[in-house]
Amino acid sequence: MSDIATTHATKGTIGENASRPDGGPKVRGEFAFSGDLWADGMLWGRTLRSPHPAARIIAIDIAAALRIPGVHAVVTAADLPASVNYGLEWRDQPVFATDVVRYVGEPVAAVAADHPEAARQACEAIDVQYEPQVPLLDPAEAAAAPPIHPDGNVFRQLTIRTGDPSARGPIVVEGAYEVGMQDQAFMGPEAGLAIPADDGGIDLIVSTQWLHNDRLQVAECLGLAPEKVRLSLGGVGGAFGAREDVSLQIHACLLAQRTARPIKIVYSREESFLGHVHRHPARIWMRHSAEADGRLVSFEARILLDGGAYRSSSYHVVANATCFSAGPYKVENALAEGIGVRTNNPPCGAMRGFGAVQVCFAHEAQMDKLAEACGVDPVEIRLRNALATGDRLLTGQVIEGTLPVARVIREAAALPLPPSPEIADPMTRPGGAGRTADAAHVRRGIGFAVGFKNLMYAEGYMDGSAARCRLSDGLATVTCAAAEVGQGFVTLAQQIARTVLGVEDVLLAPADTSIGSAGSSSASRQTWMSGGAVEKACQAVRAALLQHVADRHGIDPAQLTITDGRVTSTDARDSIDLAVADAAPGVVFEEEVEYHHRITHPLDDDGQGDAHVSLVCAAHRAVVDVDPDLGLIRVVQVATAQDVGRALNPLQVLGQIEGGIAQGLGLATMEELTLRNGRILNPSFTDYLIPTALDMPEVLATLVEEPEPGAPFGAKGVGEPPTISSTPAIVAALRAATGKALNRVPVRPQDIALGDGE
Amino acid sequence: MTDPYSLTVNGTDHQVVDAWLGESLLYVLRERLGLPGSKAGCEQGECGSCSVIVDGSLECACLILAAAAVGCDITTVEGLQPGRGDFTTVQEAFIAEGAVQCGFCTPGLVVALTDLLARVPHPSDLEVREAISGNLCRCTGYGRILAAAQAAAKAASDE
Repeated sequence: MSDIATTHATKGTIGENASRPDGGPKVRGEFAFSGDLWADGMLWGRTLRSPHPAARIIAIDIAAALRIPGVHAVVTAADLPASVNYGLEWRDQPVFATDVVRYVGEPVAAVAADHPEAARQACEAIDVQYEPQVPLLDPAEAAAAPPIHPDGNVFRQLTIRTGDPSARGPIVVEGAYEVGMQDQAFMGPEAGLAIPADDGGIDLIVSTQWLHNDRLQVAECLGLAPEKVRLSLGGVGGAFGAREDVSLQIHACLLAQRTARPIKIVYSREESFLGHVHRHPARIWMRHSAEADGRLVSFEARILLDGGAYRSSSYHVVANATCFSAGPYKVENALAEGIGVRTNNPPCGAMRGFGAVQVCFAHEAQMDKLAEACGVDPVEIRLRNALATGDRLLTGQVIEGTLPVARVIREAAALPLPPSPEIADPMTRPGGAGRTADAAHVRRGIGFAVGFKNLMYAEGYMDGSAARCRLSDGLATVTCAAAEVGQGFVTLAQQIARTVLGVEDVLLAPADTSIGSAGSSSASRQTWMSGGAVEKACQAVRAALLQHVADRHGIDPAQLTITDGRVTSTDARDSIDLAVADAAPGVVFEEEVEYHHRITHPLDDDGQGDAHVSLVCAAHRAVVDVDPDLGLIRVVQVATAQDVGRALNPLQVLGQIEGGIAQGLGLATMEELTLRNGRILNPSFTDYLIPTALDMPEVLATLVEEPEPGAPFGAKGVGEPPTISSTPAIVAALRAATGKALNRVPVRPQDIALGDGE
Repeated sequence: MTDPYSLTVNGTDHQVVDAWLGESLLYVLRERLGLPGSKAGCEQGECGSCSVIVDGSLECACLILAAAAVGCDITTVEGLQPGRGDFTTVQEAFIAEGAVQCGFCTPGLVVALTDLLARVPHPSDLEVREAISGNLCRCTGYGRILAAAQAAAKAASDE
């Protein structure tokens, strides 16, 4: 127990840089990630995946696999009812391919063996006869092509129409843009341990973003009641959207049922690239028109997103891409058409920024074109069009909360610039140790971009989170199923409990399905939703504690408050002054609550509606150096100002900003899953490059704090904005340095050096 | 299965029995010796999450056959000796500077920076970046890790 009986203020409350409760175990290597789990008698599971983007399955022969010593089970679609599908939002994916495979990497069978090498050999020994079909690989052809799935090839088509889209200002700029397929590339590959239980159910410890959604899908596919499937969160090595969909959960549970043994599955890095959804590749056309001073008159967009073989969250990625396609700018006349389609490419779904990333690359390139056409500075043109509270979105929704677009632009633009390239260490020139350009040949460019998106789910989704708080003799225990994926929710939960209850000792119970759903750790929503649930539960306990003290003293509980860890009365005559820990000896207070945000509404046929809970924005300014002969680049500095509502833990916010910029830099300059005939050519960290410490620039960050009405403590989610506008800012800087059009990301050396990016 | 062999890990000899000869040092540490602190992020030497020190040299445990490490002195994250208290200066700096998010890369980075600071007590920013460029982190963008490296160097020199 800490020294809470003394009178100093409670430490580690809201607004402080409180340390992570899991920091100690993590730095010592003692934190149990889902891949570190082990059970007596455990077997290793492994998945066999399709080598074809489209093929009929003629026959599957598992006999040779079963003869391999150490192999205990092989399961295929034949072991499941034909009608059983899974899927995050829509059940359109078979657990194992039945009559056809629809993408390279689709699960066909799974094995359990007593050693991972035996499991690997067993997968090789499964004889699958395929009859390859002509795959549907071009998303532009998908809508008109024969359906490759009974549910059709169009996941969603959304049109947003407002004002008079045929209105034209005197200045018109137009462009076509492309975004490659980015991967979340979290560091800890998918892993889980399924343990068969005596009651016929299953206990599954797994790394996921959403325990309860996984549970529902596992239960449906195994034919079990949901309460017989108990999930708990294994240590999660990053997520970024890729763990929102089920990967190995059903396979592991099925093998555990079949063998009556615990089953551990850990994906290799290659299998991780094949086994989770990616960011949707996009083809985007936009046309803006404006008055001579740069004020927008009209906006048109056509957005094509390749969703790959199964739906995942494509339906809502289309919504986000279309709703936020104009960026954080005022425009009264608009026609934005978004479509997400099914192809035989790898499935795509959630990744940090969720649709807003792709369109931000396009609308920010357009704003720079507009600035040039009008002869206005890129920063100034954004200020002239900046959205603010009271303005309308493309969807007609009036912005009621905070959205300090102009302020983030001004604050980012005001941050200091780096020193000139001539005086920098030569090692920091483009190419680093392998550089060839001397300082005189290095060209510097500066680019600016602004982005925005919504927080939480949208379009009428009834979102909620459950939390329980228990207080006994000064020790608080908080239970919530929110998935800690690295973002630091566990720290915030402790800070919130300390702030409300005035105690420092806050334990976090394991996240599992013994309590109600907390929803997904996605859409920048857990600080608000599960933070709100924890606050509400702690407030209920605080009220019960104060009632208890008031009853004992025969006074009105409204006179009591908790300040600096002590229960005191606002009426000095009561002379009540008790440490929270001593206020109710031996009494246990426990409350469980559900938290919901305000109701939102669906979009109508014109894409109009009050669909979003809250909005968040950020601005980025990038400085790059380029070796134009070799096309080598170095990002020198990224400066940002971000709308955070209120920073509950500034150090953690900074970590989100820097990490999000790293992923935005990756998309701008190096990250793309390259496909040939539907096959990922680079499913490894040798060939799919993510930024290293040498690739990352200096980051300057300003936190813009304008508390959001209705949000717990006024805080907005901070995870996604850094990833949205950092990419277009870096590419704008590359354009400034090279004079090239660079209409596609990632920008490759040949785009700069060989003119491919004209 | 191979004949039994012995590995010296964190100053202790461990017998490895009934192992398959193809097992990496990383697999044996994690699955046979109960030392899961070294992480399997890529198993091809690209991510550095399995960084260990073998005979004084920083290595990826995934690239070393376990049976080939017989007779070597192997130090894993579990074997870093705290100078005082429960944490090494590098570990303390990681916590204080906010260098930990998901934490999967953290043990490898702690080992890599411990190795660097043993060789270069006062590294420049560029020397730190170079030294950890073989350790991938997807959460932090490295900013707080670089801050932790400098904080650890300062703390070590203050002692």
